[in-house]
Amino acid sequence: MSSLPFADPIFGIPSWLDIIVRVIVAALVLTVIVIYATYGERKLLGRFQQRLGPMKTGPWGLWQGVADAVKLVGKEDIRPNNADRWVFEFAPYLTFIPIFVTLVTLPVAQEWGIRNLSLGLFFVFAVMGLNIVGIVMAGLGSGNKYALLGGVRAAAQMISYEIPLVISLLSVTMVAGTLDLNLIAAMQSLSPDEGQHAPFIALQPLAFLIFFTAMLSELHRAPFDIPVAESEVVGGYFVEYSGIRWSMFQLAEYASLFAWAIFGSVVFLGGWAVPGPDTFNLGSWWGPDWAWHAAFTIVKALLWFVVIVWIRATVPRLRIDQLMNFCWKVLLPLSLVQFLMTGFAVVYEWPEWVMAITSAAGAAVLIAIIIRRALRKPKNTLVGSYRRAQVPVQ
Amino acid sequence: MSFYDTWSAVLIATIAGFTLVFTALVATKLLAPYARERAKGVSYECGMLPIGRNWSQIHVRYYLLAILFLIFDVETVFIFPWAVTLGADVPLFVFYEMLVFIGVLVLGLGYAWKRGVLEWK
Repeated sequence: MSSLPFADPIFGIPSWLDIIVRVIVAALVLTVIVIYATYGERKLLGRFQQRLGPMKTGPWGLWQGVADAVKLVGKEDIRPNNADRWVFEFAPYLTFIPIFVTLVTLPVAQEWGIRNLSLGLFFVFAVMGLNIVGIVMAGLGSGNKYALLGGVRAAAQMISYEIPLVISLLSVTMVAGTLDLNLIAAMQSLSPDEGQHAPFIALQPLAFLIFFTAMLSELHRAPFDIPVAESEVVGGYFVEYSGIRWSMFQLAEYASLFAWAIFGSVVFLGGWAVPGPDTFNLGSWWGPDWAWHAAFTIVKALLWFVVIVWIRATVPRLRIDQLMNFCWKVLLPLSLVQFLMTGFAVVYEWPEWVMAITSAAGAAVLIAIIIRRALRKPKNTLVGSYRRAQVPVQ
Repeated sequence: MSFYDTWSAVLIATIAGFTLVFTALVATKLLAPYARERAKGVSYECGMLPIGRNWSQIHVRYYLLAILFLIFDVETVFIFPWAVTLGADVPLFVFYEMLVFIGVLVLGLGYAWKRGVLEWK
């Protein structure tokens, strides 16, 4: 199985026209998703904090996101006097475009994507990584101290967490033997056939935990949100942006949230693969195959989104030294351990339950480290611990 | 589907992403009010007049982090083709060769750790 059949151009139109149609559809769907993701997040956060969330605009506040978008278009677009003009103006482009380009290869169902790239997995995180450039440009170009601090913090955090993230993806690649996202989704169907696996979250729970943590950090979601911490750097790299320019950053943030959610659910949760022996031919099921495939992806991605919001509502923000130590001294060594364990299991063709059990032990170690650090009590008096907590602002 | 049929999607999506942002900015130029005022151009520092220079210096540890990142990121780029072919019939020494490569990098990480590059003080 070297590649799965992918949809031919619709209605027999030329390939490039087909791509344009699909890209436009993706852009429209993305806009709707972003508007309702902000709404959904506010609703969920409201519920977590025993409020109702937005309620006034339309039934159950359903038009809140649309109203916000319309409002933002009508806001004045201000560029500070001492901003670096071109860097400041191009930063929103470079933040948003990479996220949008990753949508090319994310499969929602077997034939539902723009195109199926044979290097999909590599392509997604390589292009996602480009948006660091946009963020640093926003920080540098604004001519503002807080923006600069937010920008370099974001860069430091994102490049640090990129390494455990990529190494955890390498462990998946070694088992899958391909970078094609459609194939990776298709092989996690739990069927007893040759080349089929359990979803990779069961095979490699440690890699999944590392991926999830690093993904939160790449998205600057809580508890890794110091680059945009309003109480420290008043919003971070987009302090000076207003109106529609600011909303481009917001758009990029939620678009990348959903891109990561679909990507993560494809790589670790099995994407559109329906569990069972007849993944590709659901003849006995009610309704067409693609609808079931798409439904599975969407439910998984929504679950992913809800968990991210849940974590935001629960976990307090980390300090920058804790954040960096956690990445370089905990996640990176553990991801290398996962990498070695998977390597031996693949090369010596150990049964898959060995891989699952060793990785689960690693995951238990990671969770134990997190719990131990979270529960560690300050030893000294208040003055001592207060003094120790004094980290420089940068 | 040929190579160009597939990968031209990346080019088209880039252009579409650019157009999307550009259209939004043009729309705001047409729709939003524009009133120039001196105080609006001042950089924002919680409502006070900004103190000192606008571009402050940043700490050298960001530079060290960037170098560490570079080493490990280049490493992962090298490992990807290796990881894809590992499941197929490759000789065993291919696997152990990569272990040596990673071992050297881990030594480097250990050295950086010991020298305190990873401490955030």
